Amino acid sequence: MRIHETAVNTAVLLALLSVPAFAWWTDEPFTITLATRAAVLALAAVGLNILLGIGGLVSFGHAVFFGLGGYAMAILAFHAQNYTELNLGIGVIDGTNSMPVIWLVAIIVSAITACLIGLLSLRTSGVYFIMITLAFGQMFYYFAISWSTYGGEDGVSIYVRNQFPGLNTLDPIQFFLLCFGLLCFTLFVTARVQRSAFGVALNATRQSRARAEAVGLRPVRLQLVAFALSGAITGLAGALFADLNRFVSPSMFSWQLSGELIVLVIIGGVGRLIGPVIGACVFVALEHLLGGLTEYWHIALGAILLGIVLFGRGGVLGLLTGQDGARV
Amino acid sequence: MSEAVLTTHKLCKRFGALSATDDVSITLLPDEIHAVIGPNGAGKSTLIQQICGSLRPDSGRVELLGRDISIFDTAARARAGIARTFQVSQLAMEDTVLQNAVLGAIGSRGISWRMWRNAQQTPTLIARADTALERVGLIEHRDTVCANLSHGQRRQLEVAVALTLEPKAFIMDEPMAGLGAEGSKTLTAFLDGLRLEAPILLVEHDMDAVFALADRISVLVYGKVIATGSAAEIRNSAAVREAYLGDAT
Repeated sequence: MRIHETAVNTAVLLALLSVPAFAWWTDEPFTITLATRAAVLALAAVGLNILLGIGGLVSFGHAVFFGLGGYAMAILAFHAQNYTELNLGIGVIDGTNSMPVIWLVAIIVSAITACLIGLLSLRTSGVYFIMITLAFGQMFYYFAISWSTYGGEDGVSIYVRNQFPGLNTLDPIQFFLLCFGLLCFTLFVTARVQRSAFGVALNATRQSRARAEAVGLRPVRLQLVAFALSGAITGLAGALFADLNRFVSPSMFSWQLSGELIVLVIIGGVGRLIGPVIGACVFVALEHLLGGLTEYWHIALGAILLGIVLFGRGGVLGLLTGQDGARV
Repeated sequence: MSEAVLTTHKLCKRFGALSATDDVSITLLPDEIHAVIGPNGAGKSTLIQQICGSLRPDSGRVELLGRDISIFDTAARARAGIARTFQVSQLAMEDTVLQNAVLGAIGSRGISWRMWRNAQQTPTLIARADTALERVGLIEHRDTVCANLSHGQRRQLEVAVALTLEPKAFIMDEPMAGLGAEGSKTLTAFLDGLRLEAPILLVEHDMDAVFALADRISVLVYGKVIATGSAAEIRNSAAVREAYLGDAT
């Protein structure tokens, strides 16, 4: 079974790589942009999958981290593009248009916020956990709307994509490869974490909290670390998403986006390494193919989701490999 | 008399008007199996929960090897050396037998922060897990997913996970529950040898097992210990007969 799943994993990543490669050859930059969108959404969902799939915690507020990553990029790049200083209260810094620096800031801010949200929300469980994470999401959303320095409701446009040493990031295929590379790296890290002592403990905590405590594990501590890791990855994806569109708006914080991330994970296969990637590819493909025909394409997405929830809990990956649930 | 491994001092727990645990003082001595018996609703499970830390007593304290562990949470008590098995199996059902045993090794060694090394390829964890599985006779099922185990095998795995903790004391909540005659016999023989490693506080309904194993028996009725003594003493105690054994005959 495991070999089989490895084969699926490789095939999915090759497919995601071959589409833009072909588009590059035939000179269709829009298709490359679509593939980049899929890779970035996949990365965001890979983050959520750690918390949702392995940890069993349904966060309905993951857009917080996506938005924080986006705004980390927007704020730093905004000051760089306007040659203004950024006052942090404790000191004044310059903006930057260096992607690695922006990513680092996005990751750190998201991880710290995830810890704080986790500390409060992990005191609850079930529906209350879903509601409290949703509430945090809405808090950030309304804050972003009223934050006039950075465009308020209108958001911020960044005219030139940020820089990565040695690459021309405005070239679609180079930017795609950068995002794809980060996705592959994150998948590798996630796979290691999933099989580590921490992964085994977190996965067991989801299945039986009493068992975890009885062997000397502290569920909340494990879940908090998962929250931080999960938020950091989704935050990184947010920074990439902002650079992809060269635009950031409060909609990155919206609860619809939190919902979409959950949908991506469920379509692909909850708790499975490559599940979110499949989910993101299916989502972007449907959005593009059906979205061109009708603006009601979400109906088709809804039908697929319904089918998966009713008949195939393991998502697309469950259908392919004949098993569902998280594997460590 | 040698020092007690585990002691409860005057534990009290009330739920409204109901006194679930009423001044319960029990000791668990080295090398012994101390059985706690009593009719349904006598407060046996409530007592176990208070010893293991999942329920706070209203008053009284719990000591392990002379150290007051009353303020410890469940995880801390497990690490201090209390290994509990559950009446209804609490296992990671989607995981394999080996993963469940490795989980015990991870928890007791306090290494759940390790995020890079593959836990199932870490020799020290595997060795400890395999030893425990070997002892309960589950080694040939080590790669079976837990959900596919028989009820009896799950009971064995409960004991195996407790073994991986290498505890100071075992707290076993009806380990024989749902086992057939054959299974009970095997487990009885196993527990008989286990007491020399760490003493066992045994809550059990299977009276054959209790009388075969227990060095001492405490009888709990309406949250109160009405008698403690050897199997023979308990059998012949008039109070116990009236309160408990009498009901059965």
